[in-house]
Amino acid sequence: MIETILSSEAPLLEVRGLSVSFGTQAVLRDISLQIPVGQTLVLLGESGCGKTVLLKNMIGLLRPTAGQVLFDEIDIHRLDERALTQLRLRCGFVFQNAALFDSMTIAQNIAFPLRQHTELRWPQIRERVLSLLQDVGLPADVLAKRPAELSGGMRKRVGLARALIMNPELVLYDEPTTGLDPIMTDVINQLILRTRRKHPVTSVVVTHSMETARRVPDRVVMLYPLSRLRPDETQIVFDGTPEALHQSRDRRVKQFVQGEAGQRLMELVGEA
Amino acid sequence: MSSATTTADSNERRSGSPSLRFADWLTAWGKLTIESLIAFGDFALFCYRTLVWLFTRFPRFETLWPNFHQVGVSSLPVIALTGTFIGMVLAVQSYFQFRQLGLETRLGGVINLTLVRELGPVLAATMLAGRVGSAMAAELGTMRVTEQIDALTAMGANPVRYLVVPRFLACLLLIPTLTIMADFMGVAGGHFYSVMVLNIDLHHYWYNSAQFVGNYDLFVGIFKSVFFGGAIAMVSCYQGFNCSAGAEGVGRAATASFVYSFVSILILDLILGIALDAIYFTYHPEGAQLF
Repeated sequence: MIETILSSEAPLLEVRGLSVSFGTQAVLRDISLQIPVGQTLVLLGESGCGKTVLLKNMIGLLRPTAGQVLFDEIDIHRLDERALTQLRLRCGFVFQNAALFDSMTIAQNIAFPLRQHTELRWPQIRERVLSLLQDVGLPADVLAKRPAELSGGMRKRVGLARALIMNPELVLYDEPTTGLDPIMTDVINQLILRTRRKHPVTSVVVTHSMETARRVPDRVVMLYPLSRLRPDETQIVFDGTPEALHQSRDRRVKQFVQGEAGQRLMELVGEA
Repeated sequence: MSSATTTADSNERRSGSPSLRFADWLTAWGKLTIESLIAFGDFALFCYRTLVWLFTRFPRFETLWPNFHQVGVSSLPVIALTGTFIGMVLAVQSYFQFRQLGLETRLGGVINLTLVRELGPVLAATMLAGRVGSAMAAELGTMRVTEQIDALTAMGANPVRYLVVPRFLACLLLIPTLTIMADFMGVAGGHFYSVMVLNIDLHHYWYNSAQFVGNYDLFVGIFKSVFFGGAIAMVSCYQGFNCSAGAEGVGRAATASFVYSFVSILILDLILGIALDAIYFTYHPEGAQLF
């Protein structure tokens, strides 16, 4: 039984019957989701279940095999390049490994969207960059550094600052805490929460981290790998509040929440 | 029933029935043809998108300048060195054979004509493909693998406009100057070895050069180089954009960019050589009956 959160508010983002395949390999099948304005949704699931593919479809970085993604009731996969670019300016994307441009300094990285899409002059841009840098807890002396000179946690925070510089309505986070120590994981979680408090944003967070799934969202959606499902089973195995996630009786959800290998280890060893 | 049929099929296949072997061969060739057509179509689309962006929104100076510096300024020393040595090697290789016929004073004509028409542009392009093309493929491939290209798209910057058009323009506009440099240094190298080392008469060396080499020959070399530059940029950027994941993917993209660029240079050289000769002889029919 899937518990679904229904909202009376019009969704900012809606995924309708989305299916994605790469060649003969199907990754997502008939996914439908509605994300209301201001909601923070965590997409949970084991590696390879298609969370990042779903996230990239939400901003048009990947195209679906079937189905629609509606942003503010506009089907983004039907837009031409110019219109899609305009729509993307209303979104921010925090990449798994930050995806900072290594040929640029940190200041140039954070300022990139403003320099591309606005006529602001450098002093104004610098002021905005410094303010965001302060928001994500980085000192001003990193501005002149290159991404390679920063630690993983600092790079993720720079990525977050870059994603927020255009004041987006929707922020998509792709595994923002992967590879970080517990303290830095908590820092990133707190920053996601602070971002939500400071700016009225809708957020979708892809993660494996149960800590993030517990602390950050209003709602959790859990995907299950298609290869492990029967053709008649739905790929969303949980849709509910973080509290309900921990009380779920679904075997697959319980196994993920408790982090137990169960029979999976035997399957893998058997395969090996 | 189905499994019994499959077993029978595989037994027949193993036994090497000629009709099945032909079917396998045909399948493999069909698959290869379809894959090649898809790749060619994809490449053509990539080139088309680059040209559309080139003519709709010109790239910003800040994206052009680093590429112009990388392609032009940084390539000059290696191209000059290559040109010089090629000029000298041509003198070394031709001298003995020309001396047998008592035609060593004609060396200037042969060296300089070969340089400006063929070796200057082809070697400048080859050096550019090796030095700049591979670096472009590796850089763009790394950007693809580390999601930097996705990040550009997500921030509303078209990656073709931002990354490919400046590189294309840099190669297209600067390769003629690099070719002129290769020609000049090659001519200087040939002169040095022929006149200073082999003691060929200076006057006759340059008199024969002037007899053999015309403005059209210089034009042919420079004109061809523009196509070579465009091909290097497009092939290298395409390989980088379509790089597969991991360090191996980036390495493979860099290698493939050089190999395909070099093959493109050779094919274009042949086609343009034939076409430009045909144009010349159409307007100067007397040139075809020189001997």
